[in-house]
Amino acid sequence: METYDVMVIGAGVVGSAVARELSRYQLRIGVLEKELDVGCGNSSRNTGMLHAGFTYKPGSLKAECAVEGNREFDQVAKELGIPFSRTGKLVVGFTEHDRENIEKYKAIGERNGVKGMRMIDKEDIARIDPNAGGEFAMFVPSSGILDPMQYTIALAENACMNGARFHFGNRVTSIRRDRASSLYQVVAATAQGTCTYQTRWVINCAGMYASVVSAMLGYPDYPVKGFKGEYYVLDKKAGAFLHVPVYPAPNDKGGFSTHATPTIDGNMLVGPDSYLTEGLEDYKVTKEHMDGLFADGRKMFRQMQRDYFIRNFAGIRWKRVDPETGEVLDFLLEADDAHPNTVNLVGIESPGITCALPLARRAVAKLVEKEKPKPNLHFDPVRKTKKRFLEMDEAERAAAIAADPRYGEIVCRCETVTRAEILAAIHNPLGVHTVTGIKNRTRATMGRCQGGYCQTRIAQMLQEELGLTPGQVRYSKPDSWMFTGRVREDVVNGAGKEAAQAIRAGMTAVGTDDQMADLASFDEGRWD
Amino acid sequence: MLRTFTCILCPQGCEIQVELQEETAATRDRKITGNRCPRGAAYVTQEIEAPVRNIATSVLVEGGELPLASVRLTRPAPRERLFDVMGAIKKVKVAAPVREGTVVINDVLGLGSDVIVTKTVERGSCDRTVKP
Amino acid sequence: MRKVDVVIIGGGPAGLAAAVELYHKGIRDILILEREKHLGGILRQCIHDGFGLTRFGETLSGPEYASRFVRQVQALGIPYQTDTTVLTLTPQKQIYAASSAGYLAIQAKAVILAMGCRERTRGAISIPGTRPAGVYTAGVAQAYINLQNTMVGREVVILGSGDIGMIMARRLTLEGAHVQGVFEIQPYPSGLARNIEQCLHDYQIPLHLSHSVTEIKGVDRLESVVVSQVDGSLCPIPGTEKEYPCDTLILSVGLIPENELTWMSGAKEDPGTRGPEVDEHFQTTVPGIFAAGNVLHVHDLVDFVSLEAEELADGVARYLPAEGLPDQPLLVRGDGMVAQLIPGRISGKEDVTLSFRVRRPVRGCTIELRQGDKVIKTIKKPKALPAEMLRIPVAAGLLDGQEDLEVRVLC
Repeated sequence: METYDVMVIGAGVVGSAVARELSRYQLRIGVLEKELDVGCGNSSRNTGMLHAGFTYKPGSLKAECAVEGNREFDQVAKELGIPFSRTGKLVVGFTEHDRENIEKYKAIGERNGVKGMRMIDKEDIARIDPNAGGEFAMFVPSSGILDPMQYTIALAENACMNGARFHFGNRVTSIRRDRASSLYQVVAATAQGTCTYQTRWVINCAGMYASVVSAMLGYPDYPVKGFKGEYYVLDKKAGAFLHVPVYPAPNDKGGFSTHATPTIDGNMLVGPDSYLTEGLEDYKVTKEHMDGLFADGRKMFRQMQRDYFIRNFAGIRWKRVDPETGEVLDFLLEADDAHPNTVNLVGIESPGITCALPLARRAVAKLVEKEKPKPNLHFDPVRKTKKRFLEMDEAERAAAIAADPRYGEIVCRCETVTRAEILAAIHNPLGVHTVTGIKNRTRATMGRCQGGYCQTRIAQMLQEELGLTPGQVRYSKPDSWMFTGRVREDVVNGAGKEAAQAIRAGMTAVGTDDQMADLASFDEGRWD
Repeated sequence: MLRTFTCILCPQGCEIQVELQEETAATRDRKITGNRCPRGAAYVTQEIEAPVRNIATSVLVEGGELPLASVRLTRPAPRERLFDVMGAIKKVKVAAPVREGTVVINDVLGLGSDVIVTKTVERGSCDRTVKP
Repeated sequence: MRKVDVVIIGGGPAGLAAAVELYHKGIRDILILEREKHLGGILRQCIHDGFGLTRFGETLSGPEYASRFVRQVQALGIPYQTDTTVLTLTPQKQIYAASSAGYLAIQAKAVILAMGCRERTRGAISIPGTRPAGVYTAGVAQAYINLQNTMVGREVVILGSGDIGMIMARRLTLEGAHVQGVFEIQPYPSGLARNIEQCLHDYQIPLHLSHSVTEIKGVDRLESVVVSQVDGSLCPIPGTEKEYPCDTLILSVGLIPENELTWMSGAKEDPGTRGPEVDEHFQTTVPGIFAAGNVLHVHDLVDFVSLEAEELADGVARYLPAEGLPDQPLLVRGDGMVAQLIPGRISGKEDVTLSFRVRRPVRGCTIELRQGDKVIKTIKKPKALPAEMLRIPVAAGLLDGQEDLEVRVLC
């Protein structure tokens, strides 16, 4: 049975940030994730905003963490090697009521410590971005845009480099504390059957399942409410029109309806709208809401047209609510002696990306306070990344190909991703081997042809590089098989059965050999 | 009885009408209209008497730069035998190199048609893994 | 920077035909750049037969049709480089291309755009529902099955009656999958009649017109699709929903010219074709940059791609000596029935072939070409379908060289 000092449940942005912050200490850290990659839930299903913190109740954990997370992010992005742009944000209004609401949140923002917000008129809006709508606006200079998936991957990879182990395809089904050993037994369902892990600490970062895990730990099964929002992803042709996120004036409750946001990669998002859902993972998109987005999106971004649509997606903000009043409550981060060696994070929704590291530090502090672990002297906060071929100039491209000819083979035409970059993604430190995993690491298949050219090549490379049969290739989820097998089998060698079995068995094994070696070295005094 | 056929011999896809007296009536007695070329009339006659089709599929290649070589029939085979022909083709395995035009099954199932390769596959590895 | 007279971007049917024809016109300093490992383009995965009847007078499979041109290119010694992707094309006709052999920088006198087209995707048509594995465009499924030897599914629904969709219905059936039906949102099929006959009817695959997929279900792998009937304005009719359990959805919902490089060069888009605007020499609005084949407008038959590219070669050959061509002052316009009209401009002094499609199926129509008040040519057609590209040759003698040319379809 694998034994850890700390088991983090959930590899979303918060779980990954917690693992990364834990890896600053000499601890055996495990992360259990039901999906085959990090950030498959709402960590990747959002607008990709680094929020400034002007809509959250002063004194709340949300407000505190958002402002803290916003301030440090230039440094974080640099350490983790992720693209980030502090674009600022326009909150535009049309009516006097809009102005009142904007002014109200400007005052709240100032109390929360958000710096530099200012009211501007129509001419100023045009100067900042001529394609933004609105009669007047508040400009918030500290807001920024990032790729939330790249950020989550970067946190997880940095955690992994510093010793944390990620177990994918592990859905936690029960947690029990053994009185004799004081160890928690965490049971997880996997494609191969049940797996049990022992751990001294458990940190609940289970996102939409946080209340379920909370109950497993003996905390209340906190009531939550799902606010779902749908998005359109627009072509980079549309993205070229807008350089600054444009939000409509907040409503009386501080919520924003549909907005238009440029992404860090040059596309544009239109959305989200907001409606209630019951399904924890109800990510389907609906005609009704797509039509609504189209109509509302036009108000914020005048050039919106159907030709620009390349994709839709949905995300859900699972907010903790007061069971009596239905009022939305603050983020919850708790640890108490009645539930020894646990940290419970519930109701972490927007601005979860901005707050991930501040929340992680607060969660880890609970453990550090009690355990006083030694620092990990090998901890390296820096994740080294290579410049993307897409972003290289002509001379850099020539040099890259001369040094490694695999840079000369373009696998994804729309996003200009090379074979060298796909290979690096396939051999990612976390051992993620899905097609969408490669997509999220390289942007291949994310362009306007949506994989029409490169998906077949990526599927082939996964098979070649990892020695997978066609039946073992996964698109994204544990049972998201892509092929039933081969069209023509070598009857003599009978390879067909193997493929059929692989489909039934579901996912492949977790962890790479390197990770296993790393784990073994824990016991050999690696930290001294 | 008036029957309408869509000719498949060329992209024009002529809609051809035939006045059938009886199913067994001789060709010369049929009134065929709508065809823009004589091949249309021949097609309809064949359709009434014994429809034939070509098929395109692939055979397994061993040691090739591609895992499959595409194949087709040199002349159409009876339509109701196409799945039997597929069964025969599925059993074929060829070793690279294999050239366009190579016959991989002679007179398949005695139907008077050969299965030929339509794409040259050179020797090589379809697995292009290069370890760093 | 290397100097080449004519760089051809794309070694598919258009690029190959243009290269061979240029060679025959005495042009030798040619370079074909192809991103795949082999010349031939998309034809290498189109293993079905039916190609070449117009061009070669016999019916061939896609790979065989391509190899006719590839063999000529090789026999003539026309230079080409495979595994090479053009990444940049400037208005000055500088080309940057990546290949494992090195990064290429080329200054061309003339550039031929022959990049072909790509498929419309689920995102482009906004199908509601979840996002499971098992939703493939027809061309992607074709590549998996015909090139990579991987089978994409067992229970199949096909959305869109494009030719590739119907061809994949047959292909999947032959390989043991069960195709439940082809659903087409329009009240008429978008592919050729012969393919309805030989790909669907032969295999008892039903074609449902005025139907569309209105929801995709399944979390990991596709589990079912909901299909609804649509009304005259293509909106789903409530109450007509029917659920089809399936593990695979194939999309054959249209092709879009692949013009990323074209726009980079500054060439103007023709909103009708979604390809570049061209004149009768197939020259774009950037002097010396030409385009033919599916990059220009989506063709129904590869034979016409080859013919068009050969016509283009003539324009390129005439352009090269002085690096310029005479003005093309007359506009070509179509009425509301005319779609994808090529070319956009003509000189009015030379023979020209117009090509276009009708917007909806019509029986018994008259195609009328006018300059001002004068009807210069009429053609009667017993039927015309959007699936078919119409080609109308116009002799120079008919044109007055003064007035814009208008194409009308009267029905």
